[in-house]
Amino acid sequence: MESVVARAGMWLAALFVAIVFFVNAVDTGFAVHMAIFGLAALAGLVISLRKTDYLAVANGTRLAVDQGRYDDDLIRIGVILTTFWGVVGFLVGLVIASQLAFPALNLGLEWTNFGRIRPLHTSAVIFAFGGTALITTSFYIVQRTCRARLALPGLARFVFWGYQLFIVLAATGYVLGISQSKEYAEPEWYVDLWLTIVWVAYLAVFVGTIMKRTEPHIYVANWFFLSFILTVAMLHVVNNINIPVSIFGAQSYPLFGGVQGALVQWWYGHNAVGFFLTAGFLAMMYYFVPKQAERPVYSYRLSIIHFWGLIFLYIWAGPHHLHYTALPDWAQTLGMVFSIMLWMPSWGGMINGLMTLNGAWDKVRTDPIIRMMVLSLAFYGMSTFEGPMMSIKSVNSLSHYTDWTIGHVHSGALGWNGMITFSAIYYLAPRLWGRERLYSLRMVNWHFWLATLGIVFYASSMWVTGIMEGLMWREYGADGYLVNSFAETVAAKHPMYLLRAFGGVLYLSGAIIMAINVWQTVAGKLRQEEPLRQAAYDAAADRPLPAVAAE
Amino acid sequence: MTAETANEHAPKEKWGRHKKLERNVALMGVFAFLAVTVGGIVEIAPLFWIDNTIEKVDGVRPYTPLEQAGRNIYVREGCYVCHSQMIRPFRDEVERYGHYSLAAESMYDHPFQWGSKRTGPDLARVGGRYSDEWHQQHLKNPQSVVPESVMPQYAFLAENDLKAGDMSASLTALSRVGVPYTKTDIEKANEDLKTQADASADGSDLVKRYPKAQVRDYDGNPDRLTEMDALIAYLQMLGTLVDVNGAKAQEELAKERGR
Amino acid sequence: MSTHSTYELLRQLADSWGLVATMILFLGLVAWPFRPGAREENEAAANSIFVEEDPRGNDNVQ
Repeated sequence: MESVVARAGMWLAALFVAIVFFVNAVDTGFAVHMAIFGLAALAGLVISLRKTDYLAVANGTRLAVDQGRYDDDLIRIGVILTTFWGVVGFLVGLVIASQLAFPALNLGLEWTNFGRIRPLHTSAVIFAFGGTALITTSFYIVQRTCRARLALPGLARFVFWGYQLFIVLAATGYVLGISQSKEYAEPEWYVDLWLTIVWVAYLAVFVGTIMKRTEPHIYVANWFFLSFILTVAMLHVVNNINIPVSIFGAQSYPLFGGVQGALVQWWYGHNAVGFFLTAGFLAMMYYFVPKQAERPVYSYRLSIIHFWGLIFLYIWAGPHHLHYTALPDWAQTLGMVFSIMLWMPSWGGMINGLMTLNGAWDKVRTDPIIRMMVLSLAFYGMSTFEGPMMSIKSVNSLSHYTDWTIGHVHSGALGWNGMITFSAIYYLAPRLWGRERLYSLRMVNWHFWLATLGIVFYASSMWVTGIMEGLMWREYGADGYLVNSFAETVAAKHPMYLLRAFGGVLYLSGAIIMAINVWQTVAGKLRQEEPLRQAAYDAAADRPLPAVAAE
Repeated sequence: MTAETANEHAPKEKWGRHKKLERNVALMGVFAFLAVTVGGIVEIAPLFWIDNTIEKVDGVRPYTPLEQAGRNIYVREGCYVCHSQMIRPFRDEVERYGHYSLAAESMYDHPFQWGSKRTGPDLARVGGRYSDEWHQQHLKNPQSVVPESVMPQYAFLAENDLKAGDMSASLTALSRVGVPYTKTDIEKANEDLKTQADASADGSDLVKRYPKAQVRDYDGNPDRLTEMDALIAYLQMLGTLVDVNGAKAQEELAKERGR
Repeated sequence: MSTHSTYELLRQLADSWGLVATMILFLGLVAWPFRPGAREENEAAANSIFVEEDPRGNDNVQ
């Protein structure tokens, strides 16, 4: 009973704080956010009061939680929300891609302009889609690999819903014009503080579950999750040391400015890629690929080297975002050298994932989920080759500031992060709802091809525009003058912007097909369809004949 | 299929040391944390004590309240997603945008706005390149000035009164993060804000405290102080503080190494 | 010692035996997991996610 009172008291206190801040707010955006925060606290209060079984508490007959069963309620919600945020994020991406092709689509309203909507897109796909996928799958994987029920279930719920509140605050903030304008760290000081609280709780739940494990060994996926949670905490806190103008207002000024601000920001920004979008998703890879392929990871030793190599090297690579800027040369060179070295562990990881299928390559033909995983690893390999290449200063002098960067990011994000998350969702859906199989494997196949084609359109059009504009900017005529005005380079990119938007349409359509498929699976339906596997195949006969010893 | 293998071998004595790590989450966490801190410390910490990070250059000063209010709008609207403020030392960039950017020029920028993408041109030295009228027209309807442009329209800036909030509070917060505003600057911040956008006001005191500050009505509407006033005031001062071609600056630049 | 000479010192270190030492450390660390004694434990760890699994593959049916 005490715990119910304590919990309700905490929510009530949060509600009061929100009301005080709402009343004293010095700007509209802050007031709106405090209203949202207050509503969330009210929801927390109502839920914690209503969920309690008072009769059982009074009689002392409350049942202990069944420790012999995994705590999957959050994971089910997480799978649905990941799908939802994916569709939303891709849709906003399509909108801003179209705005670049047709500026009239900005509508001339302050809330719909590209400058405010682009952070909405990047945050929706990275933090809403990617972040929800990471929290969901980490809760799933840590329970399975530790063979233990989730520790601190109340806190786990706080982490999950608190993170969703962070997403809502960040997204509404951008539209209202609340932004620090630091790439991938746009949310303002109070939203940053909220995320810090949620993140520390996340670490507690994750480590707590590992500590109550019954499996002596900590499986490699958990190392990646652990380093992801720890490092993101460090990056987030250091990059978001801000001095608010008023504690009742949204605006703040970051402690680090100028050169130092730039390096701290890109140390954060690059490792948001390295730990949020790489380490965390590699954890998913190290669990779901072996499980779906039904064979252990190719080399567990390689995964040890992969892990330590990746986390040690990644953190140095930030300065390659600042080549030829006012950042001191030695820092740029360090960043470049470590970025190139980073190629090794990245490809080690890719090889490890792909070779897991060694001896079961037929599954690429017969299982569309495995096919998705293989493509995701292939894109991981491609973008981790392209990245080090672009970090070489002479290449960067051409590629920096151009759409090539955008193409690079999307081959990683759509190919690697998107595809591995989709395959994880397809893996989880039937298991979490106790279905025999997915609603439709043929729809997975459609999703695979639409997404692949979408990425091809996206990446190749951005390579072309990027290299083209880079060359046009530096083109000199025989007279010794620059050939192109800036406006001419903008006009030249228009056809490629159309192709990019078309790629986005394909990718979004694939995600919508996934949403329908997941929805129907949850509803318990099975689509009547011909199985994908056509050719006859006898697994038992598929082996070399052993040499027979002479009698 | 492999249950037996796992159970047979798990309790063996001859684990390598890494095995210990793989069985102790606290140890694993500590080592992982150490691995990820090294790079950051080695790269970031020296920037605060190696004195060749920021060469001192004459002319750099904190932003005036109006310029800072304009900068706040620049930050609010997310202009950095399409415009850089960092000219690299290449012939084409220097000819297109002006002298390459110096570290000192953004030393009072909280947050820095170097940007990472040029969907539009670099703005590090856009100040004084175009007239106020051009900026008004361009911000209201970019396509009317540059037909190829894909920039959104910012007509609402001219409609919105500048609600900069308490500029004294802003300058106080900025001085807390290291921008050297004087007591007078902070006290007079709200007054300075209005003075700089008022063509009829006496700006001599303002210009004394903020050298090279430009005092005039920026948005073409002297009756109102709008967001357009502030943003254009900010754009018109970008890159104008340092005389990069002056003898003193050239001497400093000649001493710079590695660029 | 001035900061300038600290820079020079670190620079020289990175160019000479500092480079050799880190290279040896790197090779040692890479070789370590591949020492023969580690094979069995690693295989057991890799297979730990398949241990005692529900034969239907559904490890959580409601």
